[in-house]
Amino acid sequence: MPPRTSLSALTRRPSAFLRSSWPWRSLAYLLVSGVFAVVVTGVIMIAYRFGVPLACGAAVLAVALLGLPAARLERRRLRLVDLAPAADPRREPPRRGPRAWFATRLRDPATWRDLGFTMLALLALWWIDLGFVGLATWVPLLLMSAPLQPSGEAPTSYLVALGGLLMIPLSAYPIAAWAGARALMTRAVLAPGDAEVIRSRARLVDAFEAERRRIERDLHDGAQQRLVALSMRLGLARLDLPPGSPAEAQVAEAHEEAKRALAELRELIRGVHPKVLTDRGLRAAVLDVAGRSPVPVDVDVDLPGRLPPLAEVTAYYVVSEAMANLAKHSGARRGLVHGRLRDGALTMEICDDGVGGADPEAGSGLAGLADRVAVADGVMTLSSPRGGPTSLRVEIPCPGCE
Amino acid sequence: MPGLRIVLAEDAVLLREGLVGLLDRFGHQVVASIGDAEALITAVREHEPDIVVADVRMPPGYSDEGLRAALALRAERPGLAVLVLSQYVEQTYAAELLDGGGSGGIGYLLKDRVGDVSEFAGAVERVAAGHTVVDPEVVRQLLGRRRDPLARLTPREREVLGLVAEGRSNAAIARTLVVTEAAVSKHIAGILAKLDLPPAADDHRRVLAVLAYLRG
Repeated sequence: MPPRTSLSALTRRPSAFLRSSWPWRSLAYLLVSGVFAVVVTGVIMIAYRFGVPLACGAAVLAVALLGLPAARLERRRLRLVDLAPAADPRREPPRRGPRAWFATRLRDPATWRDLGFTMLALLALWWIDLGFVGLATWVPLLLMSAPLQPSGEAPTSYLVALGGLLMIPLSAYPIAAWAGARALMTRAVLAPGDAEVIRSRARLVDAFEAERRRIERDLHDGAQQRLVALSMRLGLARLDLPPGSPAEAQVAEAHEEAKRALAELRELIRGVHPKVLTDRGLRAAVLDVAGRSPVPVDVDVDLPGRLPPLAEVTAYYVVSEAMANLAKHSGARRGLVHGRLRDGALTMEICDDGVGGADPEAGSGLAGLADRVAVADGVMTLSSPRGGPTSLRVEIPCPGCE
Repeated sequence: MPGLRIVLAEDAVLLREGLVGLLDRFGHQVVASIGDAEALITAVREHEPDIVVADVRMPPGYSDEGLRAALALRAERPGLAVLVLSQYVEQTYAAELLDGGGSGGIGYLLKDRVGDVSEFAGAVERVAAGHTVVDPEVVRQLLGRRRDPLARLTPREREVLGLVAEGRSNAAIARTLVVTEAAVSKHIAGILAKLDLPPAADDHRRVLAVLAYLRG
């Protein structure tokens, strides 16, 4: 896949990077800062001519008038070094006319971010940008100018100039690196879209969970009740048939079949959504999973009441998956689940005394868990050296819980 | 056992009707069958039954209203026998029920067990008679949790322990395992000694002691 930002272009082979348009795009990106240089020079000239107070007024006026157009320019210029579109986060005014426009702008946090970033660009970024370009090209250009220097001797100075020419490609690296870093910063302030993606993923997970709860309830109220009733009727029928008769044998077989189906359905429903989690919270659900484990597992979970549903369900899946791995692969003799709420974050740790060597790359289970935890804004860490022990730890923020 | 007067709380109509038929088949009388937890409390006050059989999950919230109603009823009249049916085995529910106090019989069974009609009717009768009946699945989970001292039990003693937790008397255990009652008494004495529990004659207390130990 071709790179989409100057930073990712940097990591490609030098021949590919240097022949691509990325060094030139990065250079152009940084040189656009010259616009800010012009504004700042203008303000300084006013200070010289008409005094500092007037210059201060001019500076404030410049930020107020040029702030929003400058931010728009920043968003446009991002395209030079970052192909992903930078969405304009500003709200649309509800009506036409300057009054509605002002009201919307004043209340929009994006306006204040735009103005703040423009101030930053005027005060610092422009000279850093231009300085970077100057610094990166200074030595090569100096060397290349050797033949033009009064002291330049013909053969040597041409050799020196050739050396300078060969050094030019090297300057592409710092330029592209700073352009990429600056673009990241710009995007974070002026086009913050990533947070929304995470939020929408969390909404999606919530929707999935709601759907699973619904399926669980439908199965419970429908198929499961019918199967219990069926099994009961078959049990009653057995009582009325003469023992040992062919009919009794048939009904007995059907009865056993119904009971097996019921047991399977029960396990299936548990997998879809653990009822005890909804009813009694994380501690009870963890006790339940641990109780099912063939390897003895101690549970030390102490939580103050209920946590946000997303945190509970995420932690529950982590513990379930860890329990499954513990039973299947670890060879452990004992396990421990530890859970606490600390500084507004749920910390769960699952340890065992097994053989270790768990690899998140090998099985999709652990990688899937990490994804789930990430959606809940959490962090998962795994320590599993060969020879053990294994410890899986997750931290999931629970804002508002103490 | 003479016919019991039973209040039945189960929201699924199909199952409720089936259970009424089943209990009737074994000579018991369902004096009230209702579909939600609030009606359960009213019905018990009105009919003063020998035993209440209630589903954990019932309207209006479809959460654990049945269990809560059962606990409330036990708090109100400690001698009331209560058998709670659950779609899943939840140690938490079983523990809440057993820790709830009261002197009457108490039972916690997986709903699937109603398929084994004779055993289910037997469980109802045992609970009504003041015994404790706990689903084998709960016992199995508890046995899985507390391994260390239980490792000292012989396989036969574990088997006996499971049956004790189901609230069976020595005679019933002897019949199930096809051994003499004396042998069962010996096993039970061995179990209680190995688990450092005081010997208890009363079946009900014996079961509770063992369960309390297992939950530890």
